[in-house]
Amino acid sequence: MNASVRQAVSVNINPPATTSANRETAAPADMRMTVSKVNFWYGSKQTLFDINLGIATNKVTALIGPSGCGKSTLLRTLDRMHETVRHSRLEGEILLDGKNILAQDVTLLRRRVGMVFQRPNPFPKSIFENVAYGLRINGSKVPMAEAVEKSLRHGALWDEVKDHLHKSAYELSGGQQQRLCIARALAVEPEVLLLDEPCSALDPISTAKIEELLVQLKDLCTIVTVTHNMQQAARISDFTAFLLNGQLIEFNPTPHLFTTPADPRTEAYITGRFG
Amino acid sequence: MNARLRWRKFVSNFMLTLTGCCALVAVSVLFLILGYLVVHGGASINWNFFTKLPAPVGETGGGMANAIIGSAKLLFLATLFGVPVGFLGAIYLAEFSGNKVAFVVRYSADLLNGAPSIVIGIFAYSLVVKPFGHFSTFAGGVALGIMMIPITLRSTEEFLLGVPRNLREGAMALGASKWKTIATVIVPAAYRGILTAILLAFARVAGETAPLLFTALGNEFWSQGFNHPTASLPVMIYHYALSPYDDWHRQAWAAGLVLLALILIINIVARAILSRGISAPR
Repeated sequence: MNASVRQAVSVNINPPATTSANRETAAPADMRMTVSKVNFWYGSKQTLFDINLGIATNKVTALIGPSGCGKSTLLRTLDRMHETVRHSRLEGEILLDGKNILAQDVTLLRRRVGMVFQRPNPFPKSIFENVAYGLRINGSKVPMAEAVEKSLRHGALWDEVKDHLHKSAYELSGGQQQRLCIARALAVEPEVLLLDEPCSALDPISTAKIEELLVQLKDLCTIVTVTHNMQQAARISDFTAFLLNGQLIEFNPTPHLFTTPADPRTEAYITGRFG
Repeated sequence: MNARLRWRKFVSNFMLTLTGCCALVAVSVLFLILGYLVVHGGASINWNFFTKLPAPVGETGGGMANAIIGSAKLLFLATLFGVPVGFLGAIYLAEFSGNKVAFVVRYSADLLNGAPSIVIGIFAYSLVVKPFGHFSTFAGGVALGIMMIPITLRSTEEFLLGVPRNLREGAMALGASKWKTIATVIVPAAYRGILTAILLAFARVAGETAPLLFTALGNEFWSQGFNHPTASLPVMIYHYALSPYDDWHRQAWAAGLVLLALILIINIVARAILSRGISAPR
């Protein structure tokens, strides 16, 4: 944890005194994404309240909080997956490299911001075609076999599947499927990788593998992960955001948040008094 | 008390027997029909039946080759007209439409599905036969195609909706557009179900007679192309069964057996496809 990053984060956890006009220029250079004044509604029910958050480049940021606190919703706004749900409404600003993602073409945005879901969701295709999918739909001209191998290596799956790339992805175990989904997301070389409780459907050994993988992957891209598992957040993340009832209670470097929480509610949650 | 207990046991056993008998009747009807067809028509099924034209009254031999080919042509046209409309309509229904539109389309499709087939025949008559001025294979294909639309549409929709949401999200999260997601993930994931839906729709119209009576009409001879009246198995059965000749009766039984066997085979194939899973796991 270097000092400049810590400082950069503290700028963003302070209440937004700056206006959105100068926020763009004020955004620190090592923030890949910036969430400003985000409010979110499902129908008439508001689920996020005035969220401000900076996502540091090439770091792991964890979103924690009890069920229904809005952590998955917040994650899904970062690649605009919330738009697949009818009657949802977002107010505020989310910047990716200084540009508002809400004003961009959504398919182009999602090529830059990848997502891995709670349950492994490989397509009913071969292992190879799963990884190649993102490249194929983007009309990529790169040599496919090499790109697939590279992504599978990044997903720490290559050695296990290299001899049967053309078998169905459904023949893999749950943990392997999830690593396949990570490899599939990495194939299009996203700048940011979002993970929505990626280990919640997996056994402890598969979970450990994925945790290890995420720590390695931060050299490749910026990582945001939602988890209900506080130990996991403590193990793998550089920054942790604690959400409660749709509000961002505390956002700090992970060691800081887990050892000296600034808010009594954070302390109550991480010591297991609720949640 | 004892009498009451006995009464209760009697009622229980009685209902068990009654429901069991009804289930037995339901199953045995199919086998009775099949047995009846085999007994009456089995003897008339020979090489000639599949290769020869109908013989004039009084002559022995002859077959229904023209009706078999006619039915094949009609079903080919029906599939050509009905399946794309039903399939693409189902995609709209499952993937694009709002709740209100979907309700209207679904309801209309169900009503169309329940429309008497003779009414569909009249409709095709006024739509195709009248303007062209003559009966044709084409008109028969249109009539059967119309019947295939709602069956294909409703069952394809069911199978599309059965594709897990997380597959859609997986594709969209990679930057796939809605249409790309449908074409490359959702339809491939549901293809077994969709194929089954098409086969069942096909089997359903294969035996239809009424819509063909005043569209494809019938023909004692070969029908060239798609612009002339044509024989078909169901209509042939209808005419032969009504005739006063024993020879023709036997031919009608044989045609019935062939038709039923065809439909049964299609159904069994469809179930076999479906039993391997309607779509991707989960």
